[in-house]
Amino acid sequence: MSFTAEVQKVAKRYPDPRSAILPALRLAQAGHDGWLPREAIEEVAAALELTPAYCFAVASFYDMFHLEPVGRHTVEVCTNLSCALVGAQRVVDAFEQELGLQPGETSADGEITFRLVECLGACGYAPAVAVDHRYRHRVRPEDAAAIVEEIRADA
Amino acid sequence: MPTLELLLGGTSERDLTRLSEYRAIGGYTAIEKARAMTPDALIVEMSTSNLRGRGGAGFPIGRKASLIDRKSGKPKYLVVNADESEPGAFKDRQVLAQAPHRLVEGCLIAAHAIECKDVFIYIRGEYLTEYEILAAAVEEARTAGLFGDVRVTVHRGAGAYICGEETALLDSLEGRRGQPRPRPPFPPVQGLYAAPTQINNVCTIATLPTIVNMGAAEFAKIGSPSSPGTAIFSISGNVVRPGNYELVLGTPMRELIYDHAGGIADGRELKAVVPGGSSVPALTPGQIDVPLDYDSLAALGTFFGAASLIVVDDRCCMVQLALRSTKFYMHESCGKCTPCREGTRWMVQILERIEAGDAELSELDLLDSVGVGILGRSLCALGDFAVYPVHSYLKHWRSEFEAHVHLGRCPFEGGSSIEGIVAPSDLRHDVGVTA
Repeated sequence: MSFTAEVQKVAKRYPDPRSAILPALRLAQAGHDGWLPREAIEEVAAALELTPAYCFAVASFYDMFHLEPVGRHTVEVCTNLSCALVGAQRVVDAFEQELGLQPGETSADGEITFRLVECLGACGYAPAVAVDHRYRHRVRPEDAAAIVEEIRADA
Repeated sequence: MPTLELLLGGTSERDLTRLSEYRAIGGYTAIEKARAMTPDALIVEMSTSNLRGRGGAGFPIGRKASLIDRKSGKPKYLVVNADESEPGAFKDRQVLAQAPHRLVEGCLIAAHAIECKDVFIYIRGEYLTEYEILAAAVEEARTAGLFGDVRVTVHRGAGAYICGEETALLDSLEGRRGQPRPRPPFPPVQGLYAAPTQINNVCTIATLPTIVNMGAAEFAKIGSPSSPGTAIFSISGNVVRPGNYELVLGTPMRELIYDHAGGIADGRELKAVVPGGSSVPALTPGQIDVPLDYDSLAALGTFFGAASLIVVDDRCCMVQLALRSTKFYMHESCGKCTPCREGTRWMVQILERIEAGDAELSELDLLDSVGVGILGRSLCALGDFAVYPVHSYLKHWRSEFEAHVHLGRCPFEGGSSIEGIVAPSDLRHDVGVTA
């Protein structure tokens, strides 16, 4: 199915097709190596009969849409209160060390993006880390090496 | 007090994500009973139950349903708020992951009450695993013919705390940036696509099958008279056994912290409890005998909120806690209203000066007054959520703030439990605050 056909099929679920903009942006991002270059925004706009400017405005509002290239894998560490109270910063430091990256950076081979995120909703199982959007609970600094190795094995 | 699990009951013995297992414990019998009732009778039943919203505001569900204009000729919508994002809250996530059919059955009951044919469940984008489980449960129930002429659509958010605010959620669901709307009109009159819309939290809706099955009058006898039923309490931070505990409303906070969650971890002393998610005023160790219900917490000047307790021990610097909390609200401010957009930034700047030991004593009052300038002056409560906790820290732990000023440095001397914590906004060049 073409991108446009797929978006328009999703749009039928809603009383107004504009409601399909988040699913459409998500689909477009998945089809463009995990981020939204200009042509991806334009495809969404064309499929939903909206302007690219409108679609860009919406995409830029939400943290899960990326307007710059990202790695094939993501490591996201929560540093909000509940995670912070039980050692999230030491987990951040451990990933910095293992990845050789500062938060916000992507590895030179384009494989891994390392980010800090706000509360993931895993506060009772803190510190929480999302690896490729799947949660890891009660992560200790000494777990970072194995997690990075696991990601690199898939690279 | 014996445990009574209305929301999570059966989840430890069975895989309730499967329709057959949920049916084996009586699942989807409540919707049959509900459909045998008139919508009016069902709304009366909701009102009799006195069930109050579990999302934060505690508004009675029966009153909300009765405000829906069912005669307008427009479609009616039911929207479930599964955009759980309040720091400290992870209760909805467990219902979505372990008892999704209870939520789906609740949706069908509420839809019958307000004569709605279109249900949207707005789930936060980060809950990918929970989305997959919920979407599969919806599909299984649909295939089994349980929906009748009702459509249930699971809609994923994309990472914005503000979309948990009901009118911002509606804008997001309409395909816009998720920014709050002026009220009135309220959603029961003009909500999704300007049509009458009922919006409820996951746990509120997932309680409906129990109310229909046991009868509202019986349900109203459980727990606290002014706020009956159970709630899933999320407890996190410096306790021995953090996690979710479903308890009858009115259970003393001390029992949750010390009996269920095992008390303060690492042999430390309790310093503060933020009882409703990070947005509410904190309580001191002397206040934890409070019953966990809406009115008792309100009497102490705080909120039941999202039933989510963040427990803080004596190793934590309250200025650092205030700073980290405020950076979150600054990051999540949608930017629509000036007091919230600018005020949260000013608060962060003042708190950074205090923590660095660069502030003068007058800046404590300045911090307080910036907060006063934010409170109640925006379209939604996000700005208030930044201020409530900080005002409470200033009030109860003022000597700690003053010590930073007098010493010209943090009195914890690098030993605070959250020392050096970096927030996502510290890394964003477009946020406009320099560390």
